[in-house]
Amino acid sequence: MTIADMEKPNERGLQQVAANERLTFFGLTLPYLLMVTALIVVPVGWLFYLSFIGRDGSFSFENYERMIKSKAYIRIFLTTFKISILTTIICAAIGYPLAYFMSQLSRKWANICMIGVLIPFWTSLLVRTYAWLVLLQKKGLLNNMAIEMGIISEPIKLVHNTTGTLIGMVHIMLPFLILPLYANMRAIDKDTLKAASSLGATPTRAFWTVFFPLSLPGLLAGLLIVFVLCLGFYVTPAILGGGKVIMAAMKISSNIELYFSWGAASALGVVLLVVTGIILFIASKLVSMDQLGNR
Amino acid sequence: MNETSLNISISDVTKKYDQFYALKDVSLEIKSGEFMTLLGPSGSGKTTLLMVLAGFTNPDYGSVKFGDEEVILKPPHLRGIGMVFQNYALFPHMTVEQNVGYPQKLRGVNAAEIKRSVEEALSTVKLEGLGHRGITELSGGQRQRVALARAIVFKPKILLMDEPLSALDKKLREEMQIELRQLHDTLNMTTVYVTHDQKEALTMSDRITVINDGELMQLGTPNEIYEHPNNHFIADFIGESSLLPVTVRNGKASLNGEEIALAEGAEKSGEFLLVVRPEKAFLADKKVKGANYFSGKLIDSIFQGESQLLVIKITSSNDDGYEVRVRVPNESVTQKALPEVGQNVIIGLKVADSYVVS
Repeated sequence: MTIADMEKPNERGLQQVAANERLTFFGLTLPYLLMVTALIVVPVGWLFYLSFIGRDGSFSFENYERMIKSKAYIRIFLTTFKISILTTIICAAIGYPLAYFMSQLSRKWANICMIGVLIPFWTSLLVRTYAWLVLLQKKGLLNNMAIEMGIISEPIKLVHNTTGTLIGMVHIMLPFLILPLYANMRAIDKDTLKAASSLGATPTRAFWTVFFPLSLPGLLAGLLIVFVLCLGFYVTPAILGGGKVIMAAMKISSNIELYFSWGAASALGVVLLVVTGIILFIASKLVSMDQLGNR
Repeated sequence: MNETSLNISISDVTKKYDQFYALKDVSLEIKSGEFMTLLGPSGSGKTTLLMVLAGFTNPDYGSVKFGDEEVILKPPHLRGIGMVFQNYALFPHMTVEQNVGYPQKLRGVNAAEIKRSVEEALSTVKLEGLGHRGITELSGGQRQRVALARAIVFKPKILLMDEPLSALDKKLREEMQIELRQLHDTLNMTTVYVTHDQKEALTMSDRITVINDGELMQLGTPNEIYEHPNNHFIADFIGESSLLPVTVRNGKASLNGEEIALAEGAEKSGEFLLVVRPEKAFLADKKVKGANYFSGKLIDSIFQGESQLLVIKITSSNDDGYEVRVRVPNESVTQKALPEVGQNVIIGLKVADSYVVS
């Protein structure tokens, strides 16, 4: 035993323990790091590279130039944003009251409601989308029922347009809004509402001055997830939009399948990725600022 | 009637959950300006009663009057009470100032007056200058004070407190008990205070209501409750005590077949329990008049700082005997030597301190 060991007992041994712990943590994260590198970093780099390759195979900005100059592309971006924003707003309008209602129930009943929210979530996306097609089409269940009941005389066009796309997308996206929002609302101390009430606040006033501000981080998180998922959504708008509602993801697909233009598709992908990144960045600032005051 | 406070009349308040009575025909008069503590173990109904006063729990029937006004049908926000919650229930998205100003803002008070009253309330609870802080930046004790400031800023005539000190550590809790009591004396609002801590209740209250199983067991000043408990539950719950079975017949009481003298209760007849408070029992060298004596064996001796707690098993002819605790104050380092564990001892209890409960 050296003199240093006697002055600081077990120092080396404890350092070794700490080093082993770090190694274990690194070992545990390694599979994920490898996966991220192989499936995200490399392909995204490849995407960037491709987006700068023109039709003739040389380096060029033509893929990006087309996007700025072509009216078709601008329209696609506008449609993508319009559909995404509308879906997000409708999801919030339906999801907020539901999440609020669930957060006020006892655990038991809230869990039962939660199963109702989650069952569609577990069902295949494609199945749900085609189900809507069956329900909403010209001779579908909804139109037939409405005609038989005499509410309408002619079938309403509910599918292969913006309406159909929105109905399908809202249905698919709703759980993504409800889950973070409900978790946030559950965590709000119910006594704060009682306190507001004892201090003289009517139930409405207590809701707007206490509950709503405290639920904002959950609401923002939900809105963000829904909006970002909508931006890149493909299956549902492709089927329910019937080719009349063209969003960015669909244009990417047609660029590759119809025109074999990997460069154009990649450039669209890059733009979508950058826009999403910017939105996430701004939103993370908003949410974290809000949470700063929260706990 | 006092301008700053109101009396509370509770009558026949009953609340039943399935087969279980949370409150059973509770009637209670709380005087204007009084500090009344509702004391009971958990699940006794004390918090339910406070929630009925606040309006968060509706009883099955009963009446609650603030002054002459029946309030049982009024929603909480119209009752005009100040309330301090167990976990403070501060608004985490507001600063200290905004929290304390909240009730004033609801009442449409103008900005200058809000600022003045908030400053006054914060200085009352000794938090001057912390108005701009966020709730997360405060310690537990400071949060407690903010909750208090928020509850008194609009000068309510009734203040309700639900175990407000239970989350604080012992030292801070004991300081706050005295501070809260002083605050009550300054502001003079009727205060209803819920706690399960009997020492807290004794320290702070004008009167204590002991509640158990949804029923009122005893109402009295701290002194009355401690010195004259109604029954063995209260004798056991308030303070420390050893309870020894006593038979009373024809005005004579006997414990283990030996006759003992009682200060009160000898006129009853039947089986009772003798209440022995550890601080009232004493070690005796010789038997003198005016006290009851029990001989036993010292089985444990525990040093507790300000006192030594002795656990003594009283020798008994017919069964295993009873344990009695005797507290010997640590008066001086030169005090005479305490008996060793295993030694036989005689403990005494003055006749004036000897009473039985059912």
